[in-house]
Amino acid sequence: MTTKEYESYYVPSQSHWPIVGAVALFLIAVGAGNYVSDMNSEDGGYGGYILLAGIALVLYMIYGWFSDVITESLAGKYSHQMDNSFKQGMSWFIFSEVMFFAAFFGALLYLRVFSVPWLGGEGNNAETAAVLWPDFTAAWPLLKTPDGTETTAMGWYGLPLINTVLLLTSSITAHFAHTSLIKNNRSQLKVWLGITILLGIAFMYFQVEEYAHGYSEEMRLYLTSGVYGNSFYLLTGFHGMHVTLGCIMLIVMFFRVLKGHFTAENHFAFKAASWYWHFVDVVWVMLFVFVYII
Amino acid sequence: MTTDTLENTEHHDEHHDQPTGIKRWLFTTNHKDIGTLYLWFSFIMLLIGGALAMVIRAELFQPGLQIVEPDFFNQLTTTHGLIMVFGAIMPAFTGFANWMIPMMIGAPDMALPRMNNWSFWILPFAFGILLSSFFMESGAPNFGWTFYAPLSTTYSNGSTAFFVFAVHIMGISSIMGAINVIVTIMNMRAPGMTYMKMPLFVWTFFITAYLLIAVMPVLAGVVTMLLTDTYFGTSFFDAAGGGDPVMFQHIFWFFGHPEVYIMILPAFGIVSTIIPAFARKKLFGYSSMVYATASIALLSFIVWAHHMFTTGMPLFGELFFMYCTMLIAVPTGVKVFNWVATMWKGSLSFEIPMLFSIAFVILFTIGGFSGLMLALTPVDFQYHDTYFVVAHFHYVLVTGSLFSIFAGTYYWLPKWTGHMYNQSLAHWHFWCSVISVNLLFFPMHFLGLAGMPRRIPDYALQFADFNKWVSIGGFAFGLSQLIFLAVVIKCIKGGEKAADKPWDGAQGLEWTVASPAPYHTFSTPPAIKDE
Repeated sequence: MTTKEYESYYVPSQSHWPIVGAVALFLIAVGAGNYVSDMNSEDGGYGGYILLAGIALVLYMIYGWFSDVITESLAGKYSHQMDNSFKQGMSWFIFSEVMFFAAFFGALLYLRVFSVPWLGGEGNNAETAAVLWPDFTAAWPLLKTPDGTETTAMGWYGLPLINTVLLLTSSITAHFAHTSLIKNNRSQLKVWLGITILLGIAFMYFQVEEYAHGYSEEMRLYLTSGVYGNSFYLLTGFHGMHVTLGCIMLIVMFFRVLKGHFTAENHFAFKAASWYWHFVDVVWVMLFVFVYII
Repeated sequence: MTTDTLENTEHHDEHHDQPTGIKRWLFTTNHKDIGTLYLWFSFIMLLIGGALAMVIRAELFQPGLQIVEPDFFNQLTTTHGLIMVFGAIMPAFTGFANWMIPMMIGAPDMALPRMNNWSFWILPFAFGILLSSFFMESGAPNFGWTFYAPLSTTYSNGSTAFFVFAVHIMGISSIMGAINVIVTIMNMRAPGMTYMKMPLFVWTFFITAYLLIAVMPVLAGVVTMLLTDTYFGTSFFDAAGGGDPVMFQHIFWFFGHPEVYIMILPAFGIVSTIIPAFARKKLFGYSSMVYATASIALLSFIVWAHHMFTTGMPLFGELFFMYCTMLIAVPTGVKVFNWVATMWKGSLSFEIPMLFSIAFVILFTIGGFSGLMLALTPVDFQYHDTYFVVAHFHYVLVTGSLFSIFAGTYYWLPKWTGHMYNQSLAHWHFWCSVISVNLLFFPMHFLGLAGMPRRIPDYALQFADFNKWVSIGGFAFGLSQLIFLAVVIKCIKGGEKAADKPWDGAQGLEWTVASPAPYHTFSTPPAIKDE
C-alpha cells in the first residue's frame, strides 16, 4: 500500500466524563421518578433533592467534558474530518429533536382531526356520542370537554405575536453574528450575538407572562383543561425549554467570544449553537401556526 | 471487495497504553471495549429476561394458578418483553456495530468515542431502575411491554414514573448510539470504501441507525404524554377530556413498528455476511439487498396501524395499512431469495455460524409467513391478541434476531478472542437450541388459532397439552443458552489458536488484521482495491 498523507483522526484516551454523565442521568431518572410518585403525598419525599443533584452533576459533566474538547481543539488536535463528525453529529441530534416535536404535533393533529370530532359523533360514532356524551359538541379550540371542564382559548395576537416577531428577529441577528464571525469582525459579532441573547431572554419573559395570563382567573386555561390546554402547554412548554437551552448555549458562546475563542474558519461550537437557535425558531413558527392561528 | 493484507496491525499499539482493571471499562473510549461491554450486558439481560420467561412457562405448565398471582404474572410478561427488546436484542446489535463497523470500513474508531462510552453506561442504570421496581411496594410495570393507555395511565401501579424515566434515559442512549454509527459511516470510511462497497452489515446498521434516530424521540414523546396523563392531570388518552386511548396506540406503534425492524435489519446484515463466507460465493444481488433493506425501512413508517386492526379504525385505514403491510413481503422476499441464491451451487460447509444462519433463513421465513397472515385485516380479527401473535413475533425475534446474534458471535469470536470455540459444545448449543426453540414456539401457532389469548396466567383445559410441551421446550431452550455461556467463556480463556482469517471464504477488512484484533486498528486507513 502506498502511504498517502492522511490527517490522523484524534481518538481521545480514557475519559471519566461519560460515566459521570451516566450517573447524573441515573440520579435524574431516580429523582424525577421519586419526585413525581410522591408529588401528591404529604411529606413530598426526597426525590426533588436527588433530581437537583442529578442536574447539578450533569452541568458539571457538560462543563468538564466541553472544557476537555475546547482544550483539545485549541491545541490543534482536531482534523477537518473531526470537524465534520461534530457537524454531522449535531445535525442528526437536531433531527432527533425534530422527531420529538413531531410526536406532539402528531398528537395535536390527531386530536383535532379525529379524536374530538369522533367524540362529537362524526364518522360512525353518532350513537356512541349520543349515549356517552349527549351534551358534547365538537369544536377546536376545545373549550368545553366531554366531561364539562370549561376554559378559554389563547389568541394569536398580543403576546404570541410579539414573541413571534422577537424570535424571528433573533434568528436574523444570529445569522448576522455568524457572518460577522466569518468576516472576522469581532466587535460586530459581540453586538449581534448580544442582541440575539437579549431577544431570546425577552421571548422567555413574555412566555412566562403568557402562562401567568393563561393561569389567571380571567382565562382559566390550565394544563388540566382538556386536550386544548394539554397540547397548548406541552407544546409551548417543551419549546420554551428548548429556547432556554438554546439561550444558555448562546450565552456560553458569548463568553467564549469574549475570551477570544473561534476563528473565521474554525468555529464549530458557534455554528452548532446557531443551528440550534434556528431550529427552535422554526419550531416556534410551526407552533404559532398550528397552536395559535389555525 | 478485496483488500490488501496490511501490515498495519502492530505499529499502532503504541498509540495509548492499554489501561487495565475496572478503569479500563468505566472510562474507555475504545470501540472494541465498548462493543464487548454491550455484548456482555445484552447477554446478562438475555439471562434475566429468560429467567422471567421460565417463571411464566412454569406457571403455564398446567391450567390453574400454581406459582404466581395474576398481577405478578402481568409484571413478568411486561418486564420480560421490555428486557428482551430494549436490553437484550438492541444492545447486542449495537455491540456488533461497535466492534465491527470501524473495522469493516477501515476507521480508527467510532467517530465520537467518548459519547460512545456514555451511550453504553446509561444502559445498566436504566435497566437497574426498571428491574428495581420489582422490589418496590407497587411492583414492576404490569401493563404489557406496549404499555397501552389506560392500563398504563388510569389503572397503572405506583412504579409508572420510574418506568417512564427509565425509558427516557434508555432512549437518550439509543439516539446517541445511532448518531455515532451514522457519523462514523458517513465520515470515517477508508478512502475508496464507497457506499456501495460497504459490507452489508454496515449498510443494514446504517439504515437501522436512521430508524432509531427517527423513532426513539417519538417513544420519548409518547411516554411523556403517558406521564402527564398519569400524574399531571392531562387527558391525551382519556375521552373525558377530549383525548383518545387509541391515539396512544397510534403514537406508540409509529415508534413500535420501525422498532421491530431495528431489531431485524442488523440480523439481515449478519446473515448476509455469513452465508457468502460458507457458500464460498459472492452474496447474490448485493445492491438489491441494499435497496430491499432501505425499502423495508421506509415502508416501516406507514404500516404501524396493522397492530390495531381491532380498534375500530375507519375502513379506509384498515385497507391502507393492510396493503402497505403486505407490500413489505416483497423486499423481504427479495432478501430470502438472495440468501438461497447465494447458497445455490456454492461449496457449502456447515460450520456453526452457517448452521445458525441457515436456521435463521428457514425459521425467520416461518415468522414472516405468520406475519403475512396477521397482516390480513379480516383474519387478524380472529388472531389478534392470541398466542398466534406470540408465536409470530417469537419466531422473528428468537429464531430471527437472536439466532443471527448467535451466528455472528460464532463467526467473529475467533477475531475477538484469538481462539477458536469448542466445536462439539457449539454443536450441542446449536442442536439443542434449534430443536427446543421449535418445541417452544411452534405449538403456540395452534394454541393461538384455537383461541388461547396471550398474557393470561390461566387457561381453559383444552389448551393444556400444547402448553405442557411449550413449557418443556421453553425450559430446554433456556438451559441450552447456558451451553452458549460455557462456549464463550471457554473461548475467551483459551482454545485452539485462531488464524487471522479462520474462515477461508470470509470477505472483509476485519480479516486483514490479527486475531485477536489489536486494541487499535486502522489508525492509518487501509487501501480498498476494486475487484
